[in-house]
Amino acid sequence: MKSRSAKTLRTILAAAAGVSLFSLPAWAEEAAPLTVDSGNNAWLMTSTALVLFMTLPGLALFYGGLVRSKNVLSVLAQCLGIAGLVTLLWWGVGYSLAFGSSFGSGLVGGTEFMTLKGVAGVPNPTYSATIPHATFSMFQLMFAIITPALIVGAVAERMKFSAVMLFVGLWMLIVYFPMAHMVWGSNGFMNGWSADSTIKAIDFAGGTVVHMASGWSALVLCLMIGPRVGFGKEKLAPHSMVLCMVGTGMLWVGWYGFNAGSALAADGLASLAFMNTTLAAATAAFVWGMLEKMLRGHASILGFCSGVVGGLVVITPAAAFVSTSGAVIIGVFAAVVPYFAVTWLKAKLKYDDALDAFGVHGVGGTLGALLTGILASKEANPALTDMVDRGGLWLEQVKAMGVTIVVAVVGTLLIGLLVKAIVGLRPTSEVERQGLDISEHGEEGYML
Amino acid sequence: MKLIIAIIKPFKLEEVKDALADVGIEGMTVTEVKGFGRQKGHTEIYRGSEYTVDFLPKVKLEIVVPDELVAKCAEAIVKAAKTGKIGDGKVFVVPVEEAIRIRTDERGESAV
Repeated sequence: MKSRSAKTLRTILAAAAGVSLFSLPAWAEEAAPLTVDSGNNAWLMTSTALVLFMTLPGLALFYGGLVRSKNVLSVLAQCLGIAGLVTLLWWGVGYSLAFGSSFGSGLVGGTEFMTLKGVAGVPNPTYSATIPHATFSMFQLMFAIITPALIVGAVAERMKFSAVMLFVGLWMLIVYFPMAHMVWGSNGFMNGWSADSTIKAIDFAGGTVVHMASGWSALVLCLMIGPRVGFGKEKLAPHSMVLCMVGTGMLWVGWYGFNAGSALAADGLASLAFMNTTLAAATAAFVWGMLEKMLRGHASILGFCSGVVGGLVVITPAAAFVSTSGAVIIGVFAAVVPYFAVTWLKAKLKYDDALDAFGVHGVGGTLGALLTGILASKEANPALTDMVDRGGLWLEQVKAMGVTIVVAVVGTLLIGLLVKAIVGLRPTSEVERQGLDISEHGEEGYML
Repeated sequence: MKLIIAIIKPFKLEEVKDALADVGIEGMTVTEVKGFGRQKGHTEIYRGSEYTVDFLPKVKLEIVVPDELVAKCAEAIVKAAKTGKIGDGKVFVVPVEEAIRIRTDERGESAV
């Protein structure tokens, strides 16, 4: 009986760890050595591949279709370059800074996992008691790859490749790795599941770390770099809505790995996240399309695609924390709020967020973090009982949002100035007119 | 000999071609072109960005015909290409000095 209850307890804790990434109490680790659950590992390796698929080629095509044909390759090159650079950083220091603990700090991890030392087939009980440490580390790497790739949407068509690479390298070190530790690290100071945390916020799959951090950084960087040549005067329309739609479909499919995979197990919470992800994305796509039809007369492909991405962004922090009705409500907000951000707000403030990285990811991520605090339901996810009963979860979310915005804005400002001083942010306007593909990459996207 | 240049709506091309075949025309050159007249362009909206597209796609036909067929041809084109709405296009007729069939070196109307 005793062993059975201990096993049940461990199963519950493992499931909770999936949601929470919180540290298992020491007494739970005294039990038998951890074993890999093959079902969980199979799903997590699949999810890992799905999250990479979101960037390569999902986001690359989504963004690539939205630029002019002379810049399509520059977007693809930036996504590929980021995938390589971030992987190397992750191996060297990134995983350790995000998910280590040797510094004993709530702001940044430690040194124990540098060069992924000791990260292999044995589970790490702190984060993933039933899947190999290697799987957990690779799953998290894919999040680290897509996050800076989202930023390039704001500065598309006018940032030097060398500047993008230097910016992303520094941004990972100064913004992403610390942010991931603050929110997901076992002793992170914004990890609501940790008893020692200062801010009791929750973030299921990366609303703050991924979407808010990238979206707000995107806004700052696009303000620093300035508008594209011809902005407001010439036609800067997308060159292929077909590629954009193909990329959107890949993002939606890949997002199941992102959200349902964040349960870190092939369990009930993963299924809840899967269902909520579907409801929010489909609702937001439909609502955005209908808004356009009513307000402008045409339901556009870009409108539907924006709705899909908006819905996916906003449900991300809430995926396994809300009921199905919560997910539909989130889907409606995920269309309406970003819709007005990219049409009304952007036109009003006249900044050139070329592909709406801020309008969709920054605004959507912020909205998602807030709605998670309001709509989190203990009926949907019993692990939330204490937090919901304690009350004021929304306020904790607001605090986490504030910290995220400060880290992203200040970090980006400093890194942007540094990159500008070292390599410069923009190519000459002659190069920009010619297109980045030929000048920066020596290739053309289309030989027609 | 005259050169008939007709700018028409792209979806009318098949009807115009058939109408010209009915009056005995055996060849033509067709080009996809862009331009504007009184119809002007249209507006495209991508999220918050609105772009005016000035140049609309049209099809340009070029046909060289003997003088006695000019009236019939022009009439056939106008009849087949007409929708009655703005943007139906134009027909121009200009004189042609010479025609040469490259394969046989024939000159004049027999080369057309």
